[in-house]
Amino acid sequence: MNWLTDPAHWTGADGVPQRLFEHLGYTAVSLLIAVVIGFPLGALVGHTGRGGLVVVGLTNGLRALPSLAVVILLVLFAGLGDAPVIAALVLLAVPPIMAGTYAGIRAVDPVTVDAARGVGMRERNVLFGVEIPNAMPLVLGGFRSATLQVIATATIAAFVGSGGLGRYVFDGLALQEYDQMLAGAVLVALLAVVVDLLLVGLQRLIVSPGLRSAGTTGRRRKAVAALETGGKQ
Amino acid sequence: MNWLLQNSDKFWAYTEVHLALALIPVVAGLVIAIPLGWLASRSRSARAVLLALSNILYTIPSIALIVIAPAVLGTRILDGVNVIVPLTIYTVALLVRGIADALAAVPGHVVAAANAMGFRPLRRFLTVEFPLAVPVIIAGLRVATVSNISLVSVGALVGISGYGQLFTEGFQSNFPTKIWIGLIATLVLALLADALLLLLGRFLTPWVRVGR
Repeated sequence: MNWLTDPAHWTGADGVPQRLFEHLGYTAVSLLIAVVIGFPLGALVGHTGRGGLVVVGLTNGLRALPSLAVVILLVLFAGLGDAPVIAALVLLAVPPIMAGTYAGIRAVDPVTVDAARGVGMRERNVLFGVEIPNAMPLVLGGFRSATLQVIATATIAAFVGSGGLGRYVFDGLALQEYDQMLAGAVLVALLAVVVDLLLVGLQRLIVSPGLRSAGTTGRRRKAVAALETGGKQ
Repeated sequence: MNWLLQNSDKFWAYTEVHLALALIPVVAGLVIAIPLGWLASRSRSARAVLLALSNILYTIPSIALIVIAPAVLGTRILDGVNVIVPLTIYTVALLVRGIADALAAVPGHVVAAANAMGFRPLRRFLTVEFPLAVPVIIAGLRVATVSNISLVSVGALVGISGYGQLFTEGFQSNFPTKIWIGLIATLVLALLADALLLLLGRFLTPWVRVGR
């Protein structure tokens, strides 16, 4: 662990702050794009109930898809650089976000939705005022899953030359410096754990207090179980 | 396709290693998760600790655990054990919660009936409580097996064999065919393993269908 305590590794273009910044940059950009694509699609499918099988199938298929192959194929077709890597990250992040939103809206008690229609809410208000707020725990669950997927895959993407903390793993491997590889791996592990904890905190802040105890109803528990076992890289 | 025909020996060698690295952790994970799940179903504090630990370990990306493994285990970087141990950890993390919940959900009157028939705790666990948890275990095993089969390829990044080698070689020689072959082979293996586990689950729990 001497590598991490050496001040020389904490400054400059290949210092830890810079690599962390790059890693977070890839993660933020690809998650933003994935949310813009996945959230409306998931909400639409959840609200109308059409296309649910496709969403579930996509998410299950993703579990079997090796992300290394996705990254390499995109880079071979589109060339080296950040854009193909981000495209691969977006591709892997959309299904969990879409599935979380879809499952969240499907898990809302039909009686609640019915009551909203009964008091005269328009479809738009039913979706934005009732379904989406009630779906938030699962929406954020899908987002957490996508975030971990992206942090892990961004590390792997250093194999095809992108930046981020994965650089230490592959530069260390090329130079046969296990110290550097280990430091990179530890930093990636810490990043994933810390970001996940922050997202759990965010979940507490965003989700309506009225929903906290509701997390145990049968419908919701089933949906949560299906989601927590989402893609793993 | 030509590549596959000319290199079928190599392909089968990769398949063999890939399957071993993916499936040994499934078996090892199951063996470890059953007693841990039992413990978590018995004690509130054990449950809290085990589930928190599972969540944290499952959060860590596989590439990180694979690289950290030699430092902890004292193995060489190229040793397959460096893939087996992280995947076993993920499998345990996936299974423990389900097993604990399933064992805790066995109805009290069922346990009482077994006790009244004179079953000792071990026999009661093996013949009453555990079989009732089988559907949950099979569901967890299906997820773990499919994701393990996909994750083994990450090991290729540090030089460990398996289909992942087709990805890294395909990249280095700019030959996408190899990558497609590896990708499709991974999906086929995952699909087959998933179907086999589904059938195994049906075979082991005939009462589930009768009860419907």
